[in-house]
Amino acid sequence: MPRAVQHLAFVVAPVVAAMALLPLAYSNQLLLFNFVVFLALAQGVNVIYGFTGYLPFGYVGFFGAGAYGFSLAVIHLEWGPLPALGAGVLAALVLGVILTPLLRLSGAYFAIANLAAAQALFQIISNPNLTDITKGPYGISLSGVFSPNFSYGIAVGILAATLCLVVYLRNSKFGLSLQAIREDAISAGMAGVNVVRSRTIAWLMSAFVAGVIGGVFAWYVSVFYPDTVFSPEFSIFAIVFALFGGVATITGPILGVAILYGIYNAIGISTPQYFQLIYGVLIVGLVLFLPNGLVSIFKRLGYDVP
Amino acid sequence: MFPDRPSNASGEPLLRIDALVKRFGGFRALDGVSFHVKAGEILGLVGPNGSGKTTCINVISGLYRPDGGAIDYRGRSIGGLKSHKLVHLGINRTFQVPKPFLTLTVRENVEVAATYGRSEGGALDIEALLASLELDAQASRPAAELNSVQQKMLDLARALATKPRLLCIDELAAGLNPAELDRVAEKLRALAREGTALLVVEHLMGFIDHVTDRVIVLNAGKEIFEGALSAAVRDSQVVEVFLGTEDGS
Repeated sequence: MPRAVQHLAFVVAPVVAAMALLPLAYSNQLLLFNFVVFLALAQGVNVIYGFTGYLPFGYVGFFGAGAYGFSLAVIHLEWGPLPALGAGVLAALVLGVILTPLLRLSGAYFAIANLAAAQALFQIISNPNLTDITKGPYGISLSGVFSPNFSYGIAVGILAATLCLVVYLRNSKFGLSLQAIREDAISAGMAGVNVVRSRTIAWLMSAFVAGVIGGVFAWYVSVFYPDTVFSPEFSIFAIVFALFGGVATITGPILGVAILYGIYNAIGISTPQYFQLIYGVLIVGLVLFLPNGLVSIFKRLGYDVP
Repeated sequence: MFPDRPSNASGEPLLRIDALVKRFGGFRALDGVSFHVKAGEILGLVGPNGSGKTTCINVISGLYRPDGGAIDYRGRSIGGLKSHKLVHLGINRTFQVPKPFLTLTVRENVEVAATYGRSEGGALDIEALLASLELDAQASRPAAELNSVQQKMLDLARALATKPRLLCIDELAAGLNPAELDRVAEKLRALAREGTALLVVEHLMGFIDHVTDRVIVLNAGKEIFEGALSAAVRDSQVVEVFLGTEDGS
């Protein structure tokens, strides 16, 4: 069996099936929905950071652009939710194209510039003078399209597509060329890789993922404020989850979300007063002992981690 | 020291550099360099530190845009083209300090170049290429685990996987032991026999003498000598830039 098929059968299919079936057994659908959102976002970070090497501290910008693209299409154009998801994707892709020059930066400079770009978009959208267009700081209400079960199903479908994208990157020559760019862009150029084109494609792929999941987030919650969908927590969580599990793999970000977001919710409910302490200790431990993520343990033991 | 051998060079120049200029701020790293290389020829590029040898290769391989002059390759002007386009045209290079893709395996390193680096089709035998550079035993290991000589060989393998017509070699010989030097020299000569043009930057004069047909001596961004190495060492200007004048000025 080819490696990609194995990855689809033994990693993607079980995760997607679990997220699709869990609402039947567990009543807190919002919590499960948030898991789906972070599973997708962590993989989006995986595409641009894990494979290509750009740390997107302002990743939430695409998420918010998707949420607002969706909402404004519903409000102003009176589109149905599915076409409006297309508008969300389009908004994220337009933002991605506008921000492509940032890819000329690297390392911390890229991360900071990306963070600033997301903040700028947040400030523009929540500007009270734009209330007629964006509803400004007063937020969005989409009660007309509210449909939790349908939007949950679509979110799981998006997660499935995102995981398939990462399986493709993990097993294709294109994914290999992205990793070459991450390791050394000059050598990648001398290996014949069109560095600018490839990194732009990866950037837009990750913008696409965040945009579409941001759109479905707006649809699912239906009522939100700009600081909900532009919260830096989305960027930070998605990055921390991906790093905790281990990037440039399919399983790493999944493990990261399952473990860290699981702990986050468990201690958030049971002992919220210790939450930051426990979380801080976990992350310090990770940085000190497993800088390449959980899956690096298995890699060191010689396994080919999917 | 080494037996004479016939040059493989033939026909029109593959690469012709004319009055090439590269400035960094007010500093002219290349100040009107001109030379040419023919298919099958091994041209040495020598000169003191800072004379512009590596800059020359960087401009030819598209890392820097030239600020003046012309670079003609197979009858077309290629000055300022991006690296990957030059790679597709058949130009490649090795790096003085190799930059392999450290987390990828040795085989994957070469696969990237074999997949993206060739404009012409046809299968490339990656295993044979690795074996010819004695990297076959390391093929499944990450490039980060190689020693510095193996990383240099991997850099050469990455370049060769693109089947270059013009290969620029930037100080490949430094740090190699005599047996490795012999093998690398033989490899380069074999490439030239197959018709590849080679531009070899090197400080080891024994190696230059061993492999090159002709040398260009650079000083301060200009070529000051062109011809056989044996003639270069008798040239008073060349002796002066390498050793200084007798009165120490």
